[in-house]
This record gives sequence, structure tokens and C-alpha cells, in this order.
Amino acid sequence: MKAKVSNRQRGETRLGWMLSAPAVIILLAVTGYPILQAVYFSFFNYRMTDPDNRFVNWGQNYIVILTDPLWWQTVGVTLLLTVVTVAVELVLGFALALVMLNALKAVRPWVRTAILIPYGIITVVAAFSWKYAFDLGTGFVGTWLSMPAFDWFGDFWSSFIVICAAEIWKTTPFISLLLLSGLAQIPSDMLEAATVDGATWWQRMWKVIIPNMKAAIMVALLFRTLDAFRVFDSVFVMTAGAQNTATVSFLTYNQSIGQLQLGMGSALSVLLFLSVALICFIFIKFFKVDLAQARGE
Amino acid sequence: MSGRKHTVWWIVISLVVAVYALFPVVWIVSLSLKSPGDIANKQFWPTAIDWSNYELIFTGAAKDLFLPALVNSIGICLIATVIAVVLATLTAYAVARLDFPGKKLILTMALAVSIFPVISLVTPLFRIWSAIGLYDTWAGLIIPYLSLTLPISIWTLAAFFRQIPWELEQAAQVDGATSFQAFRKVIVPLAAPGVFTTAIIAFFIAWNDFVYGISLTSTSAARPVPAALSFFTGASQFEEPAGAISAAAIVVTIPIIIIVLLFQRQIVSGLTSGAVKG
Amino acid sequence: MSEIELRNIIKRYGDGYPAISDVSLRIAEGEFVILVGPSGSGKSTLLRMIVGLEDITEGDLRIDDERVNDSAPRERDLAMVFQNYALYPHLTVAENIAFPLMLAKGQYSKEEIDERVNRAATLLELRDHLDRKPANLSGGQRQRVAMGRAIVRDAKAFLFDEPLSNLDAKLRIQMRTEISRMQRNLGVTTVYVTHDQTEAMTLGDKVAVLKKGVLQQYASPQELYDEPVNLFVAGFIGSPPMNFLPVENVDGRLRSPFGEFSLPAAEAEKLRGAPQYLVAGIRPEDFHDAATLDVAKRGGGARLSAEVDVTEWLGNEVYAYIPFEAEPAVRKALEELDRDLDGEGARTQVVAVLDPSTSVREGDTMELWFDPAKVMVFDPETGENLTRDPENAQRLAAESEAARQRALERAKSQQAATV
Repeated sequence: MKAKVSNRQRGETRLGWMLSAPAVIILLAVTGYPILQAVYFSFFNYRMTDPDNRFVNWGQNYIVILTDPLWWQTVGVTLLLTVVTVAVELVLGFALALVMLNALKAVRPWVRTAILIPYGIITVVAAFSWKYAFDLGTGFVGTWLSMPAFDWFGDFWSSFIVICAAEIWKTTPFISLLLLSGLAQIPSDMLEAATVDGATWWQRMWKVIIPNMKAAIMVALLFRTLDAFRVFDSVFVMTAGAQNTATVSFLTYNQSIGQLQLGMGSALSVLLFLSVALICFIFIKFFKVDLAQARGE
Repeated sequence: MSGRKHTVWWIVISLVVAVYALFPVVWIVSLSLKSPGDIANKQFWPTAIDWSNYELIFTGAAKDLFLPALVNSIGICLIATVIAVVLATLTAYAVARLDFPGKKLILTMALAVSIFPVISLVTPLFRIWSAIGLYDTWAGLIIPYLSLTLPISIWTLAAFFRQIPWELEQAAQVDGATSFQAFRKVIVPLAAPGVFTTAIIAFFIAWNDFVYGISLTSTSAARPVPAALSFFTGASQFEEPAGAISAAAIVVTIPIIIIVLLFQRQIVSGLTSGAVKG
Repeated sequence: MSEIELRNIIKRYGDGYPAISDVSLRIAEGEFVILVGPSGSGKSTLLRMIVGLEDITEGDLRIDDERVNDSAPRERDLAMVFQNYALYPHLTVAENIAFPLMLAKGQYSKEEIDERVNRAATLLELRDHLDRKPANLSGGQRQRVAMGRAIVRDAKAFLFDEPLSNLDAKLRIQMRTEISRMQRNLGVTTVYVTHDQTEAMTLGDKVAVLKKGVLQQYASPQELYDEPVNLFVAGFIGSPPMNFLPVENVDGRLRSPFGEFSLPAAEAEKLRGAPQYLVAGIRPEDFHDAATLDVAKRGGGARLSAEVDVTEWLGNEVYAYIPFEAEPAVRKALEELDRDLDGEGARTQVVAVLDPSTSVREGDTMELWFDPAKVMVFDPETGENLTRDPENAQRLAAESEAARQRALERAKSQQAATV
């Protein structure tokens, strides 16, 4: 009789894997296989235009990259961009979440719709909009600020600020939605109890609300950090890496697709992948982000 | 605080939020409606509404660049969405409903893929696609788009499916339904909204892609709109392409705005259920 | 209307844990049978095995003398009301009720379905809600829709899985009466699962008491009350529950913490050869305040003297609580019983339900009077009821069966008259 039970379990296992197989195979094929290829070719001196001349150079690519100040400068810019945008997004997103949570029933759908538009809009479109708003040729911002001759894309900091602004505008809604769902899960009687216990609005925020939505905050933070670190579209459209605004993703793209340096590009791809994995590891290890729990497992 | 003061206060806040969200959109609409002479006037509003940018991309010089890109974008994104949702539905059903060793692994893998840096994949894919002839084809974009759309679809649908009261399937069987009838008449109607919402989110993600679009295509055979935008030039070589780009940008934004207006509630529930608790 | 028979049913899970051990039951045509027990007793599992949602590991399940172990739920033609009602959220009330009829393709015409849904809705007072969705209904209304879905087709039997547990107390009593009335009118074989002994006693023609997957006793409510087979059944049936006093058997006299008393000769005879330490069971309502009793009656009974700890005045009666210390040997048995009954490890105490005319108050020492013939004596080791009277049990069973047959005849003649 025991056999019958385990048969059923075996059947369930087989059905489970049969149903999952197509998706699993595709995911492995489009990510696992290419990344292995990238690791393989990162050890080659390999130019796409000169395939016959490719040879193994045993990690020379990595040495070149890691000793090049350009790489470290790019990493620095990417990290700075990540920290600035994520920090602003978190604060702004929390404010937006509070607005949505407390908004009157009548205005709530409208606020929600308005907030979803930046989320849904194509990143490249958003980048063009912000670019043209500041651009010396078309921009109204200079006119409004009475500094029509200022070239926003003429030096690093002003370019950096515009890129950050575009990124923040586009992705804050997503963070605010994640935070909103965390906020909505805090039972209202807990807040009422805190009020009765004499907590001020500020104390309720810091002692009750924020500790209780830590999971939601950490998840939002992790996903946005990983996302921000991979930033590419905005940089490509707005500065194309000029004024030292190139990010790691942009540098990688330039090497492999731009200059067809497949060996070097692969090495950069692997380093980018490792950086993302490292960030993920740091979050899980040091901030104790429990993804399984946070993602509803 | 009196009720009326409260209301006024909320209207002000909502307006601020609305301005925040819509400002760049309105700006690009305004830019797309400027005449070639107006484009560089450095004012927010056009002096007169002018449709020449739209004529340019639909019937004028830029039409060979824009129209094929629009067809590519729509076709590729729809196909990638349908495939992702169908496959994710099967997987999410297995994960949410069945108990088998390895389902945690599948979810973890989907999560790992979703945080994968796309640029890291583009270099090897570029080489592989060139080698096997998928470079600059629809299939050559649809397949990598699945790496963007499948993971989030699996997570979102698994969260939706966990909320379905599956005991209804049993109730239907007691009511005299065959297994297939129980699925068709009870489970499908309950699962459909989740699948639909997931499809919207997957479509948004595919529609938004730029990295694959610009790296794995070279002609109008497969190049989608976001990638095509950066190839726009002005009416003459020395003119700003801003007007044409804005008009094209508006055309690809309109579907997004329509979907958001119609389905904002579903999108919010989908985004949050897939990401934070089910 | 059908007969359901369970023969030596066994359910084992993958890890070998037996959820149901060798249960045999015969549910006669038109009978209302309750499966009752504390949580983990296997009562819901048993019901789900009958309807076909759980596999039967061993044994036979027969409906109308046909073995149905391997039939799909739909082939068994049973209607079930689920604990959470299992209403289809995307269908209206009318569509929910009509759902089983729609599934039986071609069997019912459109008009027939409408007519049946209307009849069920009228019976359950749902006519005004037919176009609403379940989400917009109150708990009681949802409960009635679930019942409507069960009665709309002529199923062989109705199965209920704790159908009232999600309702508030007042509604529960109301729905209990409605279910009882409906079952009597329709005369349909019914199996009903509950953990509430009051529901079991009020609704059932017969009650099956389960503990950890083992059938303890299958009998009419009165037989369970008057002639329980063991400590568990005695403790489970009745409210407030039966008092269990540790007693020492000294030459046919029983020495309790509150004093000694003797059983009638016939009962005392049954205790010959019994262990030294025993458990005496006395129902709270069998205790009386000696001071308020008729002088004439007082002579025949036994008396115990005790100090009252707490009294509760309920208007029509007074509860008096009297704590005591138990012998270690018996205490273990009582503690285990408490766990089996889902107890909270309450202190050992006696509850007496007294006439409200009593003047006893907290802290008083009172004389408790009772009729020793009503005392049951249990073996603390095996739990067996040593003073059970099988002849009386048989008489009670025959009486209840006769009463049920009369009710069934009435229902049949009534139905014949309306058709």
C-alpha cells in the first residue's frame, strides 16, 4: 500500500517537472548558456572582425580591465548613481505610498493612474523627454531658470544630475507601489494602539510603521539597487557616456557591440555579472533580506 | 481639521502628484506638436499646434525608419508576451498547486534570472546569434525577451495562483463535474484575471526593452521602436531630430497610457503580489 | 435516498500514520448520522473518503450495496456542503445553485433548472438574492446558498463538513434548526461532521464518536448520554461535561475526596474484581443541594460534604464549582482524558448544576446529594465503563430507531400528499 502513495507522489513530481520544463529550459538556454560562453571567451583575445586571429590570453583581459583607471572610474560612477537614485527614490517613494494609502477614495484611482504612467512609459522615451527638457537646443529648463546659455550636458555633475532625475522619475512609482503594499499590511489597530499609548505621528512612523514594513523596504531596496546598478538606457540616450558618465553596462556595451572586442567585452560582462551577484550576496548576508519570505513563498 | 479643508488639502496633493507624473509626458507631447521652426524655441509650449512631426514619421522621410520598427515592436512584444504567459502559467500552476521536490529551485532560478544584468548576456548572445543566423531577426529578439518576461510572469502568476481557492475544484467534482469540467468552469474563470494582469506586465517589460533591441538588430528587419529612436535624424542632416523622435515616442506611449487607464487596479495588484507577499 | 456502509475503513498517509483505523458504520436510508470528535479525530477525513476526495487505503465503502471505493466523486452522486461553503465567486447565487444541474448535460431542460433553482431558493429564503455574487452575501446567506446547491439535485445523500462553524452563535442555532427541519422534510440520508457535541446531540438520529481515528461508540444521542461505553465518550457528551471523581474501591463502598458512598447492589456487583482505584462519573445535573431537596427524596441518596469555591448564577440554574485533589494514579488518567478532549489542562474540580433556589454561595460548605444509581464507574487504565447496562442500551437503541421510522413515514406520507 505504501507503494501506491509513493506512486502518487512520483506522479506529482513528474507532472510538476513536465509543466515547468519548457520555462526552465528556456531560462537556462537564454541565461545559463550565454553566461558560460561569456566566461569562456573572456579568456580569449577575440575581435569579431578578425575571428581567425583569436587566441587564449589566460586572463590578460581581466588584468587589463582591473588595472585600468577607466574601469574603476566607471564603477565609481555607477555606484554613485545607484546610491543617489535609490536613496532619493526610497524617500520619495515612501511619501508617494503614504499619499496613495491615505488619499480620499475619490482621488485614489486617479493618483494610482498618474503614478503608473512613469512606470509604464518606455525608459528610452523618458530619457529623451528629460534630455530635450535640458538640452541646449530645445530645452525649456534653461529658459525657466533664466540661465539659457548653461550647457547641462557640458560637464559631469550637471549631466549626472539630469540622468539621476530621469531615473528617479521613472522608477519611483514602482518603489512606491512595493512600499504601499507593505504599508497596507500593517494592521490599523496596531497604529490605533500606538496612538492610545501616546505616540506622536513621528513616533508611530519610526517605532511602528517602519519596523513593521522592513521586509517590504528591503525587497524594494534590493531590487532597485540591482536595477540601478545595471543602468544603461538613460546614459546611452542622454550623454552616450560623455563627460565621464559611462556606467559599467555602457562600458561593456561599447566594448562588445560598439567595438566588437568580444574577448574584452566578455570579460566585462563577467565582471558586471559578478558585481551584481556580489550586491545580491551583500544584501542577503548582511541585511538579511529573506527573498523567499518577502516574495510570498 | 474640517472636512472641507481636508478635501482641499487632498486635491492639492493629488495635483502635485499628477504634475509630477505627467510633466515629462506633457512636455514630449508639446515638443512633438512644435513646428520645425518652433522646436528650438526653448519654450515649454508650442506657439502653434503643428502635426508635421507626425506626418514625418507616418508618411514622410522617417516613415521607413518608424513604421517597420512599430510593426517589429508590436509583433515581437506580443509574441514574447504570449509565449512567456503560456509557459509561466504551466510553471506557476505546478509551483502553486503541486508538491514536488525542486519547485523551490525553479522559483529561485527565475529570481536569479530576473536580476541578471542584461548587458552581460548581450555580448555572448550577439556572437551566438551571428553564428546561427538569428541576428537581426524577430526570433532573435523574442528568445532573449523571454529572459525578461518569463521570470516575473512565473512569480506573479504563482502569487495569483496561490490565492485561488483550489478546494472549489473539489467542490465542483462533488457537484458532478469531471476533472476537465472543474478546470474549465471553475478554475479557468478564477485564474483568468491573474493571467491577464501578468500578460500586461510582461508586455510592458518587453515593450520597454532597449539593450537587446539595439544590440541584436542592425536593420529595420527586426529593430524595435526604442532602438530605432536613436537612429532618427532631422529633416536635413543639420536639423534636430527632436520633433520626429517626440512624435514617435508619443505613438509608442499611447498604448501604455490606454492600458494603464483601463487596468490600473489590476496592474497594481499584479506588481505588488508578484513582488512582495502573495 | 440511499444506504451508505463503511466496512473496516482504514486510511494511512505516506508516513504510515493511520488517520482512520478500522471504522465500520452502517448509515441507513434517510438516517441523519453525525460524525463527532475533537480535532484530529479523523471525522473530516472520513467524510471526505465517503464523498471521494480522499483515497481509501483499505476496506470497503458501499453505497446502495455497490462498492464505490474507486469511483470519482461525480459518479458517487453525493451532495456536500463545505466548511467554507466553497461557493464559486464568479457565479451569481442562482448560477451557483444551478451549477450541479448544468453539469449534468442534457438531463435537465432550461425550464426545469429554473424551476428547481427557484424551489430551492424559496425553501432557503434566497429569492431576493438570486442575482447577487457570493462576495456580497452575509455568512448565513452564503451558508444557505451552499445548502441550496446541495438540495437542488436529487443526490443520494447529503454530506456536511462542519457547516456552521463559521457562523456566530445565534445564527448557528437558527441554521441548526433549519438543517434539521430540512432533513426531516426531505428524508435524505445525511452525514454531518462537527466537533460540537451540542450539534451532534440535537441533530443526529445516531452519533459516531471518534477519537484519533478510532470509532468509540456509534449510537443514538440518548444512549451516548445514558450508557457511554468509556471515559472518553462520557466526557465528550454533555454540557457542562461529566464530573470525574477519583474513588477508592473499599469492599463495594467508594471512597471519594468528599466522603464515602455505596452503589446499588446490582452496580456494586459489576465492580467485583475491579482495580482498587477507579473513576466515578457523575453528571453535573445529577447533583442537588441537599438543603433544597424534598425530605421524602433525601432518604434514598448519597451525600457528600464539600466546600464551594465559585458559584455562577444563570437565572434558571446555579453552577457550583468544587475543587479537589486527585490520587496520582487517577490523576494521570484524568489529565490524559483532558488532553484527548482538547482541554486546556484545567484544574480538577466538580461542577454541580443546582436549582436556583439554593442558598449556597462562594466559600460555603454544602451537602451535595445524588442518586448513586446514576453514578458510572470507569476503569482508569482502559477507560471502560464498568457499570454500563447493555440491556438498557439495547432498549434505547430500539426506541430511537422506532422514533426515526415514525418520522420517516410522516415525511413520506407528507411528500406523497404534496406531489
